[in-house]
Amino acid sequence: MIDKIVAKMPESLSGKEFTYCPGCHHGIVHRLIAEVIDELGIREKTLIVAPVGCSVFAYEFFNVDGTVAPHGRAPAVATGMKRATPDKIVFTYQGDGDLASIGTAEIVHAANRGENITTIFINNAVYGMTGGQMAPTTLLGQKTTTTPYGRDAKANGYPIRMSEMLSTLSGVAYIERVMVTTPQNVIKAKKAIKKAFEAQIKGLGFSLVEVLSTCPTNWGKSPVEAGKWLEENMAKYYPLGVYVDRTKEAE
Amino acid sequence: MKMLFKGSEAIAEAAIRAGCRLYFGYPITPQSELTEYMSRRLPEVGGTFLQAESEVATVNMMYGASCTGKRVMTSTSSPGFSLMMEGISYMAGGELPAVFVNVVRGGPGLGDIQPAQSDYFQATKGGGHGDYRMIVLAPHTIQEAVDLMNLAFDLADKYRMLVTILADGMLGQMMEPVEFPPMRDPNDVPEKDWALTGAKGRPPRKVTSFHIDPYELEKMNLRYQATYKKVEENEVRYEELNTDGADIIVAAYGTMARIVKTVIHMAEKEGIKVGLFRPITLWPFPYKRLNELADTVDTILTVEMSYGQMLEDVRLGVNGKAKTPFYGRSAGVVPTPTEVLDAVKKAIGR
Amino acid sequence: MSTYSVVAAGFGGQGVMLMGKIIAEAAMHDGKKVTWLPSYGPEMRGGTANCTVVISDEDIGSPVVDTPDVVIAMNIPSMIKFEEVLKKDGILLINSSVVDRQPTRKDVKVFKIKANDVADEIGNVKVLNMVALGAFAKASGLITFGSIKKALEETMTGKKKVFLDINIKAVQEGMEKIEKA
Ligand SMILES: Cc1ncc(C[n+]2csc(CCOP(=O)(O)OP(=O)(O)O)c2C)c(N)n1
Ligand code: SF4
Repeated sequence: MIDKIVAKMPESLSGKEFTYCPGCHHGIVHRLIAEVIDELGIREKTLIVAPVGCSVFAYEFFNVDGTVAPHGRAPAVATGMKRATPDKIVFTYQGDGDLASIGTAEIVHAANRGENITTIFINNAVYGMTGGQMAPTTLLGQKTTTTPYGRDAKANGYPIRMSEMLSTLSGVAYIERVMVTTPQNVIKAKKAIKKAFEAQIKGLGFSLVEVLSTCPTNWGKSPVEAGKWLEENMAKYYPLGVYVDRTKEAE
Repeated sequence: MKMLFKGSEAIAEAAIRAGCRLYFGYPITPQSELTEYMSRRLPEVGGTFLQAESEVATVNMMYGASCTGKRVMTSTSSPGFSLMMEGISYMAGGELPAVFVNVVRGGPGLGDIQPAQSDYFQATKGGGHGDYRMIVLAPHTIQEAVDLMNLAFDLADKYRMLVTILADGMLGQMMEPVEFPPMRDPNDVPEKDWALTGAKGRPPRKVTSFHIDPYELEKMNLRYQATYKKVEENEVRYEELNTDGADIIVAAYGTMARIVKTVIHMAEKEGIKVGLFRPITLWPFPYKRLNELADTVDTILTVEMSYGQMLEDVRLGVNGKAKTPFYGRSAGVVPTPTEVLDAVKKAIGR
Repeated sequence: MSTYSVVAAGFGGQGVMLMGKIIAEAAMHDGKKVTWLPSYGPEMRGGTANCTVVISDEDIGSPVVDTPDVVIAMNIPSMIKFEEVLKKDGILLINSSVVDRQPTRKDVKVFKIKANDVADEIGNVKVLNMVALGAFAKASGLITFGSIKKALEETMTGKKKVFLDINIKAVQEGMEKIEKA
């Protein structure tokens, strides 16, 4: 599907073969980010901070300078990079375990400082890399390898809505939640990513795009079923849309 | 009856049988099966499983649970154990018992997820700040890991200390037939006259590592030191195999010691008598016995899945009385029996 | 018998881990000491997987083996990787449904089983691992049919119980259809 939209490989991808499972959305989002970097002409001054999670090799997949942070700490590492070299475009790419569990302090404070970085946040409702354990974003009742009887609010709390939570912070310039299940919403997702990077280029502060994503492997579903499950369940609990947009005020 | 069990899961079951009903943890390879097993099994026995938001939170949840006098544990692998160091220091300072399982993987940093023994220094020499000690147990088979869980909880309670089971990815991932001890009653644990149970009819109790007056803090530290001394006197454990009349003794622990057991047979066929000295407690380390053995052989070869960490303790024990060469591979690469045999031959000039 | 080691290797989806586990469990029922050691990590996802089973009358030292006595190669990459380290006079069992080339070693005993084809004939290609397991039992004599059956009965419980009979059938077919090359 995505191949119909963009035929040739963006310059900002390294060409290294992705390590993702069939039907996983990580790969689609990588492509979109790379296209945006190409279109904005910022490849040579972009730095990526990869997380610990299935996308741990993201720093290899992008044709830009980069590193990988300790689990959850990417926003702090990115902060260090940006403060040291403010002329660079710095982005983190993080899963929901990384960003919404172990790394909550770092993301909240980076956003609150209005740190002029961009975060692409992959919400797939599980820990992919370690074998499908509960994430803070796991839906109520959802079975994972650490919620074998289904997620129970009493024991595990409620699925966390990061975009909404972060949008209460004054340092934030742009937040949008998207998904990439159809060609139409892939186009929307790309626009959102572009806006987030543009906010950084303009120096407006912290920007984040949350992408609702599939993990067919750990959901135990086929890619098609997984896409459907995402639309019918995740997108209901995690409404799509723009949560903060200060790019217009700035103009 | 013996059952074929994965190491991680066997350790979890053994902890439950030792009366542990509280588990806090955060998934990490190669031990997530332990966490997952607890999430299934603890609810069945009326226990509490909680997936924490991080290892930093995990260790502090343990801190709180231990304050109430209940048996509590976690399991993790190297990067997670690093994050727990702050809490471990605070718990040691509060004299709080608890059991940690570190299924070690290759480092430093994110490293890899394959078996290693490169967290020896961190476990035995500190890692956290301050003059504290942890009891460190190193099982070499799944059955031994199971048997040591009871001991771990008992030692923790007896000395009010932290106990770490130092395993590695191989022990965590492999399967072996095991026999479990009977289920212990979780309430059948020693009375804890320091636990925070509510100040009903008695003066309030406090758990703290904070003493602003250095002389007060020194007093506390001297008490910890006295405990550590007692442990050093009473709790040293090790296994010896073939050391009597050996041409060479190999010092190794955990998975590495298992591999040496195979090397003993291989060497025998070539007319070399290899002895094995296997510390079971890495702290307290069996310095004394090693020193005695150093009188009986020319060479004590240390073999590790690291670049030479236990080696430093071996050298302290041997104290110059024998040659102390080293062979090791780390970063998740496990030395094969043939490689170790070659190292043995080289060490004795064959 | 003293100590025997078996490496089972193949693609992620070929069920080699379960095959190894059933071998270990069956040997345990036969009164042997056993260890089962999986490869784990990134190579597992879509790539090749393998496990090592050690079977012995005595306590087992190393679960790591550098020269196995038996190699069960379910695909070409596995055959290439493990043929090399197989012990002299050892057993190389090849899934000839997938491996269309000859091994290079001449100092080992080669057996073949068309695991995919046989499984397909029985009616479920997924049981190809049990076909290979049956062939292994026949070729090596290391485990008995009775204990394989017991191991399967203990593994295929609950929802999986409906697959018990076809798995047992697959083992039997494997024992019969093995060919000495
Ligand atoms: C300190 C520490 N704890 C735990 C881990 C193990 N670990 C690796 S990735 C991961 C979670 C990944 O989940 P997520 O962030 O949702 O990303 P996904 O794999 O789903 O893309 C965990 C817990 C680690 N590497 N470091
Ligand atoms: S495990 Fe899930 S998140 Fe990870 S690559 Fe596979 S599908 Fe994607």
